[in-house]
Amino acid sequence: MTDKVADTMKADDRAIGRSTRWRTAIAALGMLPILILLAVGFQFINPRFFTQTNLLIVMQQSSINIVLAAGMTFVILTGGIDLSVGSILAASAMVAVMVSLVPDWGLLGVPAAILVGLGFGVINGLLIAYIKLPPFIVTLGSLTAVRGVARLLGQDTTVFNADLPFDFIGNGSLFGIPWLVIIALAVVVLSWLVLKRTVLGTWIYAVGGNAEAARLTGIKVPLVLLFVYGVSGLLAGLGGAMSAARLYAANGLQLGQSYELDAIAAVILGGTSFVGGVGSIWGTLIGGLIIAVLSNGLILAGVSDIWQYIIKGLVIIVAVALDRYRLQAGART
Amino acid sequence: MSAAARIETMRQPVLEMRHISKTFGAIRALHDVSLTVHAGELHALMGENGAGKSTLMKVLSGAYRPDPGGEILIDGVPAATGDPIKARAAGIAVIYQELSLAPNLSVAQNIFLGNEPRRFGIVDREQCNQRASEIIARLGVAFSARTPVTNLSLGERQLVEIARALSTNARIIVMDEPTTSLTSRETDRLFEVIATLKSQGIAIIYISHRMEEVYQLADRVSVLRDSGYVGTLDRADLNASRLVSMMVGRDLSTFYKKDHRPPDSKRAVALSVRGMSDGNLIKNCSFDLHKGEVLALAGLVGSGRTELARLIFGADRHISGTLELGGKPISIGSPSEALDAGIAYLTEDRKQLGLFLDMSISDNISMGVLAKDAKAGGLRDFAAAEKRAAKAVSDLSIRTSSVQANAGSLSGGNQQKVLLARLLETEPQVVILDEPTRGVDVGAKSEIYRLIDNLAKKGIAILMISSELPEVIGIADRVLVMRDGTIAGEVTASEGEPLRQEAIMELATGAAQR
Repeated sequence: MTDKVADTMKADDRAIGRSTRWRTAIAALGMLPILILLAVGFQFINPRFFTQTNLLIVMQQSSINIVLAAGMTFVILTGGIDLSVGSILAASAMVAVMVSLVPDWGLLGVPAAILVGLGFGVINGLLIAYIKLPPFIVTLGSLTAVRGVARLLGQDTTVFNADLPFDFIGNGSLFGIPWLVIIALAVVVLSWLVLKRTVLGTWIYAVGGNAEAARLTGIKVPLVLLFVYGVSGLLAGLGGAMSAARLYAANGLQLGQSYELDAIAAVILGGTSFVGGVGSIWGTLIGGLIIAVLSNGLILAGVSDIWQYIIKGLVIIVAVALDRYRLQAGART
Repeated sequence: MSAAARIETMRQPVLEMRHISKTFGAIRALHDVSLTVHAGELHALMGENGAGKSTLMKVLSGAYRPDPGGEILIDGVPAATGDPIKARAAGIAVIYQELSLAPNLSVAQNIFLGNEPRRFGIVDREQCNQRASEIIARLGVAFSARTPVTNLSLGERQLVEIARALSTNARIIVMDEPTTSLTSRETDRLFEVIATLKSQGIAIIYISHRMEEVYQLADRVSVLRDSGYVGTLDRADLNASRLVSMMVGRDLSTFYKKDHRPPDSKRAVALSVRGMSDGNLIKNCSFDLHKGEVLALAGLVGSGRTELARLIFGADRHISGTLELGGKPISIGSPSEALDAGIAYLTEDRKQLGLFLDMSISDNISMGVLAKDAKAGGLRDFAAAEKRAAKAVSDLSIRTSSVQANAGSLSGGNQQKVLLARLLETEPQVVILDEPTRGVDVGAKSEIYRLIDNLAKKGIAILMISSELPEVIGIADRVLVMRDGTIAGEVTASEGEPLRQEAIMELATGAAQR
């Protein structure tokens, strides 16, 4: 009798193991089916979609957003938000071009941009982690203030460098793959490594899942927060260098306007929870690609600019709604 | 109609649940459970966590549809299943543990939330207040229908929930652990209200882990175990050992485990607290905790037990006071410093302050020692975490299919064991346990007692906060009693004389002074 009970319990356990595995597998797929669906749909509308050139263009166009969104993933995983990345990108791009104009400093434009981004990110982080101001308020403030800094740097003009020494980043390729794409993928892989393979990564999930429990477990929550805002700033700085390299120029007023919204959209499309603690960098990659495929596909389909806005907005809402529904259905079984 | 038949009709049960089974995929949550409840009866439903009580109540409230073959009869008439709205219309109301009131609205507004009396399509405030007042009067309670809910205590809020149930003419009210967060005065008032409800012919299904309550209130008790029905006892047949053995399926002759040797005064002091104050509630608390001792911190809810524990652990800031650990002065400004020093704390609120519900059991257990286990470059050592988790699962008999399952999927008792495992991984010298068995079933309770006993045997010093006096008396060597933020006194067991419950209560309430 007891043996029989034990046997059924084991069978139950196996069944639970199986169903959790299935569910994690489906959860891991996330928005990938939607990305594929969109791509196939656009291919029907315009057969030029699935050509090597066009796919490279899609990836190239999404690369800067994916870099920003990777940083945003760190922040949103802790339950925070970083509205300042578009402005930081603009300021960093200004610095990148200006440094490149200094004789003999040329290539230093890239590290300079990254350091500037890191600096702004650390300021955000210090205010949020140690002064304990709400992330939305702090980064809303820096969204405006850093935009001002970006304009100030170029005296509110566009700075150019036709001989930009690191222009290969924006316009060159390695074995046929654009450098922008290589950088974005490297950022994604590194982010995955940090989030899923390091102690710090687990702490990030823990802080987002339950900040007070994390503190009581001995995790130094302020350091974790400082890190994620630092990363977000640093990657915005890298994004600035990428933009500058692509355009040979930077404009403090226009560059990076509302980039933070695209980055947030990519993260949310990727299934990362807005309250923190749940999500993945792969999801963000797919989210960023969905946004790029939408833009590109709608252009190929000949949809007007105005309708592109409306359709993009609706797709984001519908996709996230579908995702919620799927997760709830998964939780119910 | 014969007299016997008439009596039979009168005794027609208000609720019959027949052959209720519920499976979720391969998991059997309920198997052929039947339950009969009469009008004006308080029917207690007992069983360990995971026994199926909540699932049964969710079937009753329409949240779940039972498997085919099961039926619910109300007044002998088959009722719709799997439909919460029809269930409510049929007179079934559930008072949940997590209260669902809107704090900024008035009592009356909450009672009629979503069901407001209207005139010309506009909410009729006057009628709303008047009808709410009538219902409140039926319960015989003191607050007014116009009071904002935010001004009410937890206990009063629960009464508002009951009033809301009455406003929809509920005849069967389910109460799920209603006294968990109530003070003893509020509990008494709830019991009075329950008596009133019964006299009005309302049937109450009462889920509770607390034996004393069940003895005091229940007309009949039904017990579930492992998703199945075990049996029903009449009030006259109630006794503790029978109930416990029905619930756990085995005899629990040694429920409270106390094998460790009570310390003598020569035993070394592990932690010495002097003059601890927080500038608010806690005033000048001093005591010594010895190695290998289980020291209970008793007192009423709100007397400052948790607050004092959090000061010692560095979770909150103290304004004065010193700590000595093993005779050496230490300064603690944060939980991470306390953990480094060898002091660990188990929170009373495991969901809000303890667990990472979306993370794996393995990560939850290793969370405090990730840095210690880390490989070069700060990389996680997943094998080490897996090993720790596997050991904890077997040492503490945590029931789970896999250490990779989310902590949120576990029952209350197993979640508590995960938190205990996390605490033990830090290898503490001093362990502070805040309500270690709250919301935990009987089987897990006895396992936690055994664990505490084993820790004491190893020489670890244990400070245990508990509101359950039988538990305090059952496993503590010495009791400190708090009142109004101070340590009101100490109760010790003398030669051959156990700890006295009355002595603790006198200190806790201040009755000794009057």
